[in-house]
Amino acid sequence: MISEQAKQRMRDLASRYPVARSAVMPSLHIAQLEEGYITAEGLQAVAEAINLTIDDVESIATFYTMYYQRPQGKKIIHVCTSISCYLRNCDALVEHLEQRLQIKRGETTPDGNYSLKTAECIAACSSAPALQVNGEFYEHMTNERADALIDALDQELGIERRV
Amino acid sequence: MPELIITKNLDVPGIDSLAVYQQYGGYTALAKALREYQPDALVEMMKVSGLRGRGGAGFPTGLKWSFLAKNNMPRYLCCNSDESEPGTCKDRVLMERMPHRLLEGVIITSYACHVQTAFIYVRGELTRAAEQVEKAVDEAYAAGLLGSNILGSDFSLDVIVHRGAGAYICGEESALMESLEGRRGYPRLKPPFPAVVGLYGGPTVINNCETLATVPAIVAGGAEWYASFGTEKSKGTRIFCLSGQVKNPGNYELPLGVPMRTLIYDEAYGGGILGDRELKAVIPGGSSTFILGADKIDTPLDYESIAAAGSMLGSGGVIVISDETCIVGAIARMSEFYRDESCGKCTPCREGTFWMTEILERLEHGHGEMRDIDLLLDICDNVSGKSFCPLGDAATSCITSGIRLFREEFEYHVTHGHCLTGPGSKQQAHETVQAVGSR
Repeated sequence: MISEQAKQRMRDLASRYPVARSAVMPSLHIAQLEEGYITAEGLQAVAEAINLTIDDVESIATFYTMYYQRPQGKKIIHVCTSISCYLRNCDALVEHLEQRLQIKRGETTPDGNYSLKTAECIAACSSAPALQVNGEFYEHMTNERADALIDALDQELGIERRV
Repeated sequence: MPELIITKNLDVPGIDSLAVYQQYGGYTALAKALREYQPDALVEMMKVSGLRGRGGAGFPTGLKWSFLAKNNMPRYLCCNSDESEPGTCKDRVLMERMPHRLLEGVIITSYACHVQTAFIYVRGELTRAAEQVEKAVDEAYAAGLLGSNILGSDFSLDVIVHRGAGAYICGEESALMESLEGRRGYPRLKPPFPAVVGLYGGPTVINNCETLATVPAIVAGGAEWYASFGTEKSKGTRIFCLSGQVKNPGNYELPLGVPMRTLIYDEAYGGGILGDRELKAVIPGGSSTFILGADKIDTPLDYESIAAAGSMLGSGGVIVISDETCIVGAIARMSEFYRDESCGKCTPCREGTFWMTEILERLEHGHGEMRDIDLLLDICDNVSGKSFCPLGDAATSCITSGIRLFREEFEYHVTHGHCLTGPGSKQQAHETVQAVGSR
């Protein structure tokens, strides 16, 4: 459900830019914030606010990897696997998180709480290995720090795990 | 410790706010620029300062500004904060911790270039950086530093913060403009160059975040003062993002021309190789630049010296590789990046990056053949210089230089089916078994 408020923000953005079309990316961000991913309704809302066709909006939404095409977990973990993190053993970190969350990279836990993804360089090279949870950075990661992070997130989500 | 310019006061608590930034002299350079300089004089000042682009290409900033076409179209400034070159992590820090320094640079540059609408294109993944810049913009509007008649002058400027959404290609200037215009981030054919036909068809100047954040200091201290740092041809300081297998990775601002050895080994900076291993190779300017062997360690970190050594200073991302690392695996990992980030517009890059990665993976995993090594070089030759934009060229740098420097490691993978060195080598496996057995 895209709220009327969100639609109004999209229309405001369209008039903020020199050309309305430029508002398509920020509007897609708004749509995704509302629904967690880009839905048919989200595409339609953006198209109407900016006066583009739905296909046109979809062609943009599918180019950029941050616009999700399907539902994601409540906590989206992006582990950087580019060269600087690779040299600091990010692969072991990914494997550790796979074991801990019992999912493979690219998957979402059945309870819909976590999505685990590998990411291209997230500009935290000097503090590798690094990951992001819903956009927030966690740097200088170790397996222990990753466990502590998941513990904290579990608590936040109200998950009780068998030890 | 050299005097810091771009990172000066970066650690002051609360410097991300307008009030504290102003306490530390923030926006005095803007006031000085508006009061004492005609726009053209500022362009001249940048030329004299010797400031060159900190994004990757290293193009002289003042010259770029002076190229803007003189016509009746509205002019635009785009700040390229789409930081995503592997090994580069400076712009994020500048935006997160000192967004006003960037914004001041944006305002001065807009004044110098007769721009009335500027865009700050922040990489989508950098949520906090974008929020910080947005907050700074809001504060600046409220304080009369943006909007109409800035500081009582007749100069007016509108700044829009635009967030990307996960596409490395949008760091390429023409793709960035496409993205800003609300389209897929496909690069445009050049010429016409952005300075002539850019955003919305108007003359457009596109500068990197660090470049723009350097502008206020040059206006405040003077072009000659700035030019007194660095070398004859590479003037000033820049932020080196030191990463990889080094004891103290970090962002270090240094005058251009400091030897690579100082950055990597000096206790004040890198502090030596992780685990006291031997240095194997350095990638001096982000993963798109050619790998240099350990014998180049005394090369000064300036544009000319690094070029003479066979690479580029690029984005300032200095990636250190120790003898513990298998070069084939590292290059395969870098190649994956370009495969994933190729926009797909042109065939050489789209297909080339895919096949280069496939071949590197099969070599890495011991399924390669000897002819694969030359096949890789052949594909690189068909991608580099034949792709629509520099992404294709960039994808070949690590492969061609890697094979030239470490061909025997590639051959070893073919003949032995595993790495010559590092965790993937049989010797390592043997040592591990022994260590476990002796417990």
